[in-house]
Formats: sequence, structure tokens, C-alpha cells
Amino acid sequence: MSEPVLSVRDLVTEFKTADGIVHAVDHVSYDVYPGETLGVVGESGSGKSVTVMSVLGLIPQPPGRIVGGEVIFGGRDLLKLSQQELQQIRGGEIGMIFQDPISSLNPVLTVGDQISEALLTHNSKLSAEDARKRSVELLHAVRVPNPDARFDQYPHEYSGGMRQRAMIAMAMANQPKLLIADEPTTALDVTIQAQVLDVLQQAQRETHAATILITHDLGLIAEMADRVVVMYAGRVVETGDVETIFHAPRHPYTLGLMASLPRLDMDLERLQPIPGQPPSLINLPPGCKFHPRCMLSHGRVRCRTEEPPLAPTAGGPGHRSACHFKEELADGVAALSADVRTAS
Amino acid sequence: MSKPPGDPLPDTGPGGAPAEPQLQGSPSVTDDDPNTALYREGLEVKALTQWQLFRRKFFRHKAAMVALFVLVVVFTAALLAETIAPYGYEELDLANATLGPTLEDNHFFGTDKLGRDYFSRVLYGTRTSVRVALVVALLSTVIGTLIGAIAGYFGGWIENVLMRTTDLVLTLPGLAVLIAAAALLGNGSPYRVAVILALLLWTSLARIVRGSFLSLREKEFVEAAKASGASDWRIIFRHILPNALSPIIVNATLVVATAILIEATLSFLGFGITPPTPALGSLIEDGRNSMLTDWWLVTLPGLTIVLIGLCINFLGDGLRDALDPTQQVRG
Amino acid sequence: MLVYVVRRFLYSIPVLLLCSFIIFTFVSVSGDPLSEVKRRPNVSQVTVQQIVERKHLDESIPVQWAYWLKDATTNSFGTDLLGNRPIWPDLKRVMGNTLQLVVAAELLAFTIALAMGVISAKRQYSLFDYGTTTFSFFGFSMPVFWFALILQVIVTNIYLATDVRIFYTANLSSPNPENFLLDRIQHLALPVIALSVLSIATYSRYMRASMLEVVNSDYVRTARAKGVPERKVTVHHAMRNALIPVVTVAALNFGTVLGGAVVTETVFALDGMGLYFIRQLGERDAYPVMAWLMVAAVFVILFNLLADILYGYLDPRIRYE
Repeated sequence: MSEPVLSVRDLVTEFKTADGIVHAVDHVSYDVYPGETLGVVGESGSGKSVTVMSVLGLIPQPPGRIVGGEVIFGGRDLLKLSQQELQQIRGGEIGMIFQDPISSLNPVLTVGDQISEALLTHNSKLSAEDARKRSVELLHAVRVPNPDARFDQYPHEYSGGMRQRAMIAMAMANQPKLLIADEPTTALDVTIQAQVLDVLQQAQRETHAATILITHDLGLIAEMADRVVVMYAGRVVETGDVETIFHAPRHPYTLGLMASLPRLDMDLERLQPIPGQPPSLINLPPGCKFHPRCMLSHGRVRCRTEEPPLAPTAGGPGHRSACHFKEELADGVAALSADVRTAS
Repeated sequence: MSKPPGDPLPDTGPGGAPAEPQLQGSPSVTDDDPNTALYREGLEVKALTQWQLFRRKFFRHKAAMVALFVLVVVFTAALLAETIAPYGYEELDLANATLGPTLEDNHFFGTDKLGRDYFSRVLYGTRTSVRVALVVALLSTVIGTLIGAIAGYFGGWIENVLMRTTDLVLTLPGLAVLIAAAALLGNGSPYRVAVILALLLWTSLARIVRGSFLSLREKEFVEAAKASGASDWRIIFRHILPNALSPIIVNATLVVATAILIEATLSFLGFGITPPTPALGSLIEDGRNSMLTDWWLVTLPGLTIVLIGLCINFLGDGLRDALDPTQQVRG
Repeated sequence: MLVYVVRRFLYSIPVLLLCSFIIFTFVSVSGDPLSEVKRRPNVSQVTVQQIVERKHLDESIPVQWAYWLKDATTNSFGTDLLGNRPIWPDLKRVMGNTLQLVVAAELLAFTIALAMGVISAKRQYSLFDYGTTTFSFFGFSMPVFWFALILQVIVTNIYLATDVRIFYTANLSSPNPENFLLDRIQHLALPVIALSVLSIATYSRYMRASMLEVVNSDYVRTARAKGVPERKVTVHHAMRNALIPVVTVAALNFGTVLGGAVVTETVFALDGMGLYFIRQLGERDAYPVMAWLMVAAVFVILFNLLADILYGYLDPRIRYE
């Protein structure tokens, strides 16, 4: 395989609060390769967003603090760059799309201004007229109708889907090498989600950008991602290509996520939520962080005392899981998931 | 940070709202399950009652604690002026006129040009100011709460009339109207000044209370109370008001500072409390003529006002932080 | 927008009428307007009778009010109680002087408060932030008149010690100044400082709170994610939004500032609205006092209108229908 575009290595990010230190990201590592879409999936609070925010230096410090690790992008460690150098990369080589387009766009500036700003920030030679022309082109590219007039409108005059497409236009303005989309469709109506995904895929094709897609929506992962990283309690618990993750998961948490996914061939009543809640990131359980909710652990001492490393599975190349008993899942995912159902 | 055993109040999350159910879904996972009970610490959502949360935040607020302590000392000393003051406030001693602050003969704040002990005068003046301010805070809080509650709860034309009146009172330039009212209606008595102040200082509270009532009256517990046949007044005072207390408490605290400031201003201008009743504002006006030579005559009563005002503001700040459920504890 | 302004303007007319009735009733019932005059030995019974006729004091209050309103609108508030002195020329003069004081103080206050609020929000819980908070609380707790007196003492003592006249401690101008502008600044400096402290305290609190709400907002994060330099993020994205409520607060604060001006002008013997007001109240002459209150109410209503217009101008989401 070629060199990764982005390589996160042992990233550790903490937040200091009055109640204690929140271990938001704990030794997370993953790679993103050129042209691919990496899906990062997990419940809220699993550290999937904090990871990319740390990558971009967008963690508010204090209370946040990047304790360790490195983030290699274009041969440089982003964590060692100065704010000025990071500014060059943000919005330039790395474009970012956020969850809620109405709150992510500045309400008092026109959409056109905000797109032009992305252009002008990274190209000081660009004239205001050229920035406008290019912004209108970008609006056109993301299928905002009547882009010339829409340029001068404010975000509140846009529809929800149009706002998110404008965000995409902003993110792809400088032909980034990497697009990061943080829950890009979560805040949108189901009917609009498809359109926005379409535009996002088109943007990927046109810019040849690698993409990190952060979501809790496995359907979106199935549709968009080439490879998947599953996160839980600030850790990567399983990673592999999308086929493997969906058809032969080797981590009970991933399996739990699958079981909670509505499928056309299943009654809604048979949906299985994962029991319990994600742990407090201040006061984590010892051993495997998932064991209190795990159907494999059954009070096994090893689960409570020893944290499982992210290790290759017997399943296939590039497939890794952080579970002591991962190979038990190989015996038949279907059987086990049936077990889960009867257990309750 | 688990909740104390036997706590009668229902769990509330940090937002003051009822906490999410602790465990969702599977009924097989309960407290009895040995597997989960072992690590409940890690799993449990922190649950504190509102009162615990308030105490915890308030006592952590160091500035507010210091302010509260100073206020208690100053207010107690002022209200007990008769026992604490070394001299009477009109006690003349021409042999010891215009002394600077000294420890001799307990003239801590010096004496004025008639030899009256200035510490005693400031103490008695503070007593007057504090009494007036407390009456103002009480009266204006009652008026503001009533008007806001009635407007917010009943709505319709009642709200319209009350709120337009409030707007109208707000349209008048506050201090100027107060000065005019004090000048035209006042007779130098502290209680008349207090009533005049209270009659014009209720407006902002009325607006705040109306706002809380507007949103609270739509809540389920009000519906429930209505359904069980509670009268309007019972709903207002028993059900809604306790939930709208935070801003009222903060506002009442801050009104004490406002009242002390305005009363001092009126007395300084000669329209408030007039001699022989001692008041901090008129002490400053008295000392003004010789302020270049006898610096303490203007400085010390003024600093007393500033000290009280500062403490009340810090206390109010602490109360606001502690009572506001949306604010996190400072890290 | 224009339609909205015009409609708001028309709406303020009944408000003003009601205001005038309240002011008139309030001043009239609060005491016999003639009591002070009757006490004077040099005022004869005949003069008193003339006053009663001229001001229609034998009529009921609503009728008196109607006559007064007619006098106010057609005859620029008419004369004082004794009928010797027209009110408007005096009022016009002091209004101009007060406006100088108030505008200077507010501009100063707004600029300083903005900087203080922005910096303390950017560095929340820093030493600067605690310093700003403490300063604001001082501003809220300090009687304006007392602060003004302390300023006078300090500047006078400097003058006595060094014979250098930095600022004057009274009046609005010297008899024959060489440099009019410099002289005016030297006279206005202390009143402006005294008057602006409370406004600085108020606005910086609002600005801090408003900035804190904004600095963690999603769109500020978006701007950072675009690579916009931090300074521009603060000014162009955060401040632009944070200003909206603060500008409104400042415009609505006019009544309070006018109250502060009354006290400041009294201490600095500055020939403005405040000093005029206090003098007329001391004379217990109801007519200039009522005229003054009306003018003040008009100002407050105008500033309310200004607040609305500014709000709509700064926030594109507001549309006036």
C-alpha cells in the first residue's frame, strides 16, 4: 500500500474538569490512505471527534491538553507545528465539514463571504473579484441553485441541505488532500441526507481527497467507507475493511452495534441495544473498558484486570481487534447474536 | 460521587433535569447483577440534588464566602451600632475637633469639625443605609415578584397591562425620576425614602419573573396540579414560584447594593435622608467642604459604601454561579 | 425597514402622551406648586392669583394637563412658575452641554469596555479576567458622586503641589481660553472619567458574557478550521456576533447615563441638564422640572428606537415586517 495521507500514532488527549481528568482519547492510532474513505464509528463520547479536533489543533486549551503521540501529515508532525503553520494546513490541505450547518455557519456573514474567506486566507494574491467568481463556481459545484444570487445571502436564508452543501464547498475550496466530515448528515432530514452525501462523494471524486467520515450511523459507513475504525471510551477497539467489519466483526462492541442496527429483514422489536451506558471517562473501569457491558466477559477475571491490546485477528490482513477472546466470535457471529437475543 | 443513601429527593442530573435512566434496555442488568455491581462506580451517571449542587458550588466560590463573612460583620456591627459605637453620633467634643484617624480615644475614623466621633457617625449612617436597603430589597422583591408572576401566569390582557406599565416605568430615566420623587415627596425620613426607592426598583425583577413564569406554566407539573384541581394562587405560590426562585434571590441580593448607592446619592444631593438622621450620603456632603484638608471625612464613608457594594456584588456573583444549573463548576 | 421605523416612531407618540400625563400628575399631586412661592415675602397675593390664572391651577388635573400640553407643544414648554423666564432657551443650552459630556463618556466607555470584555473572555479565569471582574464590581459599587469628589481631591492636590493644571475641577470652560478645544477637554476630562466608570463596568460585563457565549460556538470553530488567523477569528467572527447584544444594551442604557450625568454635573458644577434639574428641584418649580422630565423621556424613547434599528442592522436574521 502507498504512504498514508494522515497517520495518527498513540494520540492521547485529556480534558481537565472540576470532577477530574477526562481521558477523551487514549493511545489512538489509525492511518488514512490516499483516495480512501475511512469511517470512524462509535457512540457519542467515544473520542472520535476529539481525535480529529486534536489533529487540527482545534481542542480548546485549557481545559484540553494533548498529552502525547504524533500526527504525521505530509511528512510533518502536526502536533509540533506552530499555530501559524497549522493555520496553513487547516482549510488548505485539510478541509473540515461539521455536524450542524446552521450553527457552523456564521449568522452575520453572507455565505459567499464565508466561502471567499476560505479562499482568501490561503491565497493572499487572490483578488476579491476572483474570490467571488471562484466561490460562485464552488456553490455551483455543490449544486446550490442560482449561485450568483445565493452568494450574497445569509445562512438563515438557505435550506438545511443547502447550508451543508455550502459547508462542503468551503471545505473543498482549496483542493484539500484530506477531508474530515464530522457527522455530516446527522442534523439533516432523512430526505436531504442522500443529496448531501451525493455532493460529498462528488467532491471527493473531484478533489481526489482522502476522507475521514465520523459518524455513529453504521448505514452511512456501509454506504461510504472503504475501511472502518471502531472507537469505544477513547480507544480504537477494532479496525478493518468495511466488508470484514460488517460480516466478520471480531469485537463484541462492534457486534453489539450491528445488533442495534435496524435492518429491513428484521422486526424492530428484535433490535438489541447494548446494555448499560458508556463509562465515565473520568473513572474508567479497570481491564477492558467494555467488559461491564460485554456479553463475552461473563465475569472473566482477565477482562477485569488486563487491558487487551489492538492485535491482528485470524480473520484477514489489516483486521485488528482489542479483545482477549476475539476468536470466540469467529465460531459464528450469527449464533452469538442469536444468543444475545435469547439472553434478554 | 454517588448519591447519599436515603436521599428523599429524586435524582437530578447536572442540568437540574431528571437524570437519564441509569441503564437502558436490558432488564438483565440490574444492581444485583454481580458483574455490573462491581464497577458501578465507573458506570454511574453522577446524580446530585439541586441543593447539594448549590452548596457544593457556592462554598467553592471563595470570593463569595469572604464577601458573605465581611457583610455579616458589617451588617451586624451597623445594626448593633448603639452597643458598638464608642460615642453617640451627635456627641460634641469641640476640644477634639478635626482629628485624623487615630487609635487614641477610639477615634478610628477621626472626628469632624465639631469633634463628633466619625467612626460612630459612619456606623450609625451605615445602620440607616442598611435598614433602608433591606426594606427596599424586601418591598421591591415582593412587588416585582407579584407583578411578574401574575403577568406571566395569567397572560392575556392582564399581562399586557402590567408589562406595558413596567415598560413605561423603565422608559423614565430612573435616577432622575427617583431624585424628583425624593425631592417632591420626601421629608427626610428613611422609611419614606425606602418606599420611594422600592416603588421604582421592581421593574427588572418583574420582567425576569414574568419570563420564568411564561416558560414554567407550560410544564407538565403545572398541568398535573391543574388537573388535580389546585387553585391558580396555589399553583403560582406552591408549584411555580419555588422553581423560579434563583433569579429572584440573586436580584434581591443585588438590589440591596443598588438601594444603598441610590439612597447615598439622594442624601448627598440633599433630597434623601436629612440630618439629624445620620446617613452615609449626607456625611459625605458634610465633609465635602473641607475635603482637601480633612481627607477622612469624604473618603471613609465612601469606602464603607464601596466595601458593602463590592461584597454584595461578589456574593451575588457566587449565588448566580451556584444557582444557575447550566453553569459548570469552575475547574 | 423604513416602514418599521416610521411605525415605531408613530407608536411612541401615545407612549409619550401617556408619559407626559404620568409626569404631570406625579409632579402635580406631590405638593402644592405654589407653596414655595407663597412662602416668599416679596410675592404678593395678586401675583399668586396671576399665576393661578396663567397656569390654570384652579382647574382639575386633566384639564391643567391639557393646557400644559398645549403650552409645551405650541410654546416650547412656556415659562417657569412665576412667568419670568421661558424654559426652552435654558433647556436647549444645557442639553448641548450634557450631550458633549454624555457622548464623550459613552464613546470612551464603549471602547474600553469592548477591549476589556474581549480580552477577559479570551483569557477566561486569567489574572486579567479576575482583574476586570473586580474592576467592574468596583464600578458597580462606587457612588458616582464620591468617585467624582475623590478625583477632584486628587487633581487639586496635584495642582497645589506642582502648580501644573492638568484638568479643571469645576465648570465647563475658562472665561477667555487661548485654545478653546484644549480648555474644553481639560474641563470635561474629570466629569467624563467619573461618568464613564459605571458604563465601562456594565458594558465590559456584557461584552465578556457575550464573547464567552460566542468563542465556543460552532461557527468560530468553523472559521478556525478554515485556517483563519486567530486575531481575525476574534474580530471578524466572534466580536461581530458578540457586539449585537452589547450595542443594544448601550443604547438602552441612556436613562442610566443621564442619571449619572445629573450627579456628575452637580459635583463638577457643569452647566448641563443635571445641574439645571437639581437647581429647579431645589427651587421647587414644577414647570421646568416637568419640561426636563419630558425631554429626558423623549431621549430615552429615541434611544430605544435606535437600539431596535441597530439590532436589525447588526443582525441580518432580524427582519422588520
